[in-house]
Amino acid sequence: MSLSRWLRTPLLVLPFVLFLWPGTPVQASTVRESILANGMKVLLVEVPKAPVVTVQIWYRVGSRNEVMGRAGLSHMLEHMMFKGTERYPKGTFSRTIRKNGGNDNAFTSQDYTAYFENLAADRVELGLELEADRLRGLLLDEKEFQLEREVVKEERRLRTEDDPQAFLVESLFAQAFLMHPYHWPVIGWFPDLNAMTREDLKRHYDSYYVPNNATLLVVGDFKADALLPTITRLFEPIPNKPVPPPPAATEPEQRGERRIIVKREAQVPFVMAGYRMPNYTHEDSYPLTILESILSNGKSSRLYRSLVYEQKIALAVGGEYSLLQADPELFYLYAVVKPGQKVERVEQALYRELARLQATLPTAQELQRAKNQVEASYIFGQDSNFRQAMLLGQAETVGAGWRHVEQFLERIQRVTAEDVQRVARRYFVEEARTVGILIPTPPPPKSAAQGSPQS
Amino acid sequence: MAGLLLGLSLALTPAPLQAADINPVRFVLPNGLTVLVLEQHALPLVQIHALIKAGSAQDPAEKAGLANLVASLLDEGTGSRTAKQIADQIEFVGGTLAAQASEDFTTASARVLKKDTELGFELLADILRRPAFPEAELKRVRSEILGEIATEKDDPGQVAAKVFNELVFEEHPYRWPVNGTEATVPKITGRDILIFFLRQYRPNQTILTIVGDITVEQARQLVTKHFGSWKQGASPVRTARTPRPLEKPVVRLIEKDLTQSTIMLGHVGISRTNPDFYAVTVMNYILGAGGFSSRLMDSIRDNQGLAYGVGSHFEANLMPGAFFISLQTRNERANQAIAGVLTELNGMRNAPVTDEELADAKAYLIGSFPLRLDTTAKLAEVLSLVEFYGLGLDYFTQYPRWIERVTKEDVLRVAKQYLRPSNYALVVVGNLAKAKVTQKP
Repeated sequence: MSLSRWLRTPLLVLPFVLFLWPGTPVQASTVRESILANGMKVLLVEVPKAPVVTVQIWYRVGSRNEVMGRAGLSHMLEHMMFKGTERYPKGTFSRTIRKNGGNDNAFTSQDYTAYFENLAADRVELGLELEADRLRGLLLDEKEFQLEREVVKEERRLRTEDDPQAFLVESLFAQAFLMHPYHWPVIGWFPDLNAMTREDLKRHYDSYYVPNNATLLVVGDFKADALLPTITRLFEPIPNKPVPPPPAATEPEQRGERRIIVKREAQVPFVMAGYRMPNYTHEDSYPLTILESILSNGKSSRLYRSLVYEQKIALAVGGEYSLLQADPELFYLYAVVKPGQKVERVEQALYRELARLQATLPTAQELQRAKNQVEASYIFGQDSNFRQAMLLGQAETVGAGWRHVEQFLERIQRVTAEDVQRVARRYFVEEARTVGILIPTPPPPKSAAQGSPQS
Repeated sequence: MAGLLLGLSLALTPAPLQAADINPVRFVLPNGLTVLVLEQHALPLVQIHALIKAGSAQDPAEKAGLANLVASLLDEGTGSRTAKQIADQIEFVGGTLAAQASEDFTTASARVLKKDTELGFELLADILRRPAFPEAELKRVRSEILGEIATEKDDPGQVAAKVFNELVFEEHPYRWPVNGTEATVPKITGRDILIFFLRQYRPNQTILTIVGDITVEQARQLVTKHFGSWKQGASPVRTARTPRPLEKPVVRLIEKDLTQSTIMLGHVGISRTNPDFYAVTVMNYILGAGGFSSRLMDSIRDNQGLAYGVGSHFEANLMPGAFFISLQTRNERANQAIAGVLTELNGMRNAPVTDEELADAKAYLIGSFPLRLDTTAKLAEVLSLVEFYGLGLDYFTQYPRWIERVTKEDVLRVAKQYLRPSNYALVVVGNLAKAKVTQKP
């Protein structure tokens, strides 16, 4: 899951999903990799088509690197990264970028925290200079932290507390992962946010914000030969330091379906079913990517055709799987139940589509369509420097390495119908399923709603 | 490094010269179809974007949602293809086909790889020229839209916006939601749809923009082949009036058992063709559209910790659209946030902005201009709007000049003219017992 400091994410795109896929023989951009003496990785991609550039710095730290009782620490730190250094006091970061015609922001997920500046090409040094500055000199002022904690709590109310579907998603992950840190939400729980201290933030910052735990990306209209010395001058003096080991917790095998029911005021039921899946480290991640496309990509996909078009029992359906995760994650399906339809029927209809994939091979047409969609999606993704940098940054930061992006398409092309059926049978089993259902309740009676003012 | 820092903090005005390189070719077919072509050969993809000059503002009041229903049915079957065949064909090549109505216009676009350019034209022309509006699809899509309208009740932002528009626009068509209401959508018949389509979807009411890996000559041939025989129609009569300003503050409080109150405050704003548009853009940037450098964000979020986000918006449509400020804060702080918003509104009217604020706003608006044009999809959309609003194809060189020309006096003048902190509509959606909003309905 990914949270940005300011932009709202679409409602139904839940854990982190990028609809662009890597690696193609078609006009692949050339990535130039350098590793600075302090271990910081630098990836430069020259794209001269428009006079703009994106600078991104990715840290290998997210909610996955947090501990019980401090959920949300990485995201809180992301907010604090805009609260000033000695050189650039509070409020000057975004102002400086903006008065140079740029946009900046950041986002945090389970596996990473990333910062970016989109700028006119002649301002690229400004983004680099500001990122180098806050990589070592963050103030973490106590008063600013107290204030920003309130902002983050408002963000949690906005995104989760007052959104029935997001609330269900959070509950589902907490059920599906009992030991692994994917158990808790990126934004954290209220008690953890309240308990957090400046010292927690300082420790997190000192531990993870080191050059050897970061990847710097620049994609756009510049010359790598000319820019690399600037990058070296700005970042190489920053000392490196060993990083804490990744979380040791591995989630034990699930032995039986888990169900979570949320009852709250809502218009229609919402049903989700999540299955534990391998990530990029496993060969099965390629057929699973194809399976995801067959199941849920577009109006010709199986879930849409069956539940929305033919049976007319759902308003919206989807399936999400991302292989670019640091640890094994969920592949989940969801459906927004159409008013008047029974949630049980919709849930069974989702399973029926999985059963069909297990029983019968996908058609040659479906398989080819999925491959074409993956490939086209990659090329469309290259239209945006920002998305290109994101894809490389994500691949690098979760551990797959940016070269994974280059070989991905080729691996996808080799997937067979039998592979799809095999992974459907292997992973979509009832014992490993976590189901979440939102059951709408009517609004509370007016007198009750207004009769208990508490502050 | 100190030298570098000093130089950068001076906020040099970025040179927007490269934006001037955007030189689309414009031509008009004998049937009246306006065509814009911009060659972009960096990637093998093509974006074909149609803008039809009809939207929800053309809906009859009792059938609000008509334009949206028409747009939603375009790819649900044509004279020669079923809904399934359309989806199968475009998705097999990894392309997308999308149609969407808004207040003043409807867009329909195809995005394909270069090798599928011909297919993109063929499908887009088919859904724009020969939609069949099959009865079964109409029934299904209508019930989906009704479902969507129902689920919007779970989103306090949507709930607030709908009530806000009713208050601000009174009898004007911007009053109703683009997708209609639970009362109006069921009344829309197949006949209504067909009449709307035949009247509004005409080449002489359409702008077709093509951006991507295609030459002007290729584009001209494909456009002629697929759209050349499209029959011209009578230009529809446009009767919409300018919305009237409110004469006193109106307040609407809506009970919903939530942790936050969603607050929307504003009134009628300006049209896109208002000559003050650029001065208003600068003024609004300083007030609340400038992200973390705006006054509202500084006050409400950074100094008071009241909200995750707060912003001000002018929906500059064909007719004056809404001006509004919106935010979400926990119920107990609703009054503090409303007071903060009104303070900033009054502040903009009572004193000139500082030289620094003005310079920073202009530097951002001018300097970020190329960032708003950095993908084929963005280019196609902006180009078609430039044509729709009649801004002129020199827009890309003129925009920086129009912004640069704005003075402090202009900003103060437009603040006084277009911000009305005494005659606003205020909508609060939240737990009212906790919010205890002091403004009374």
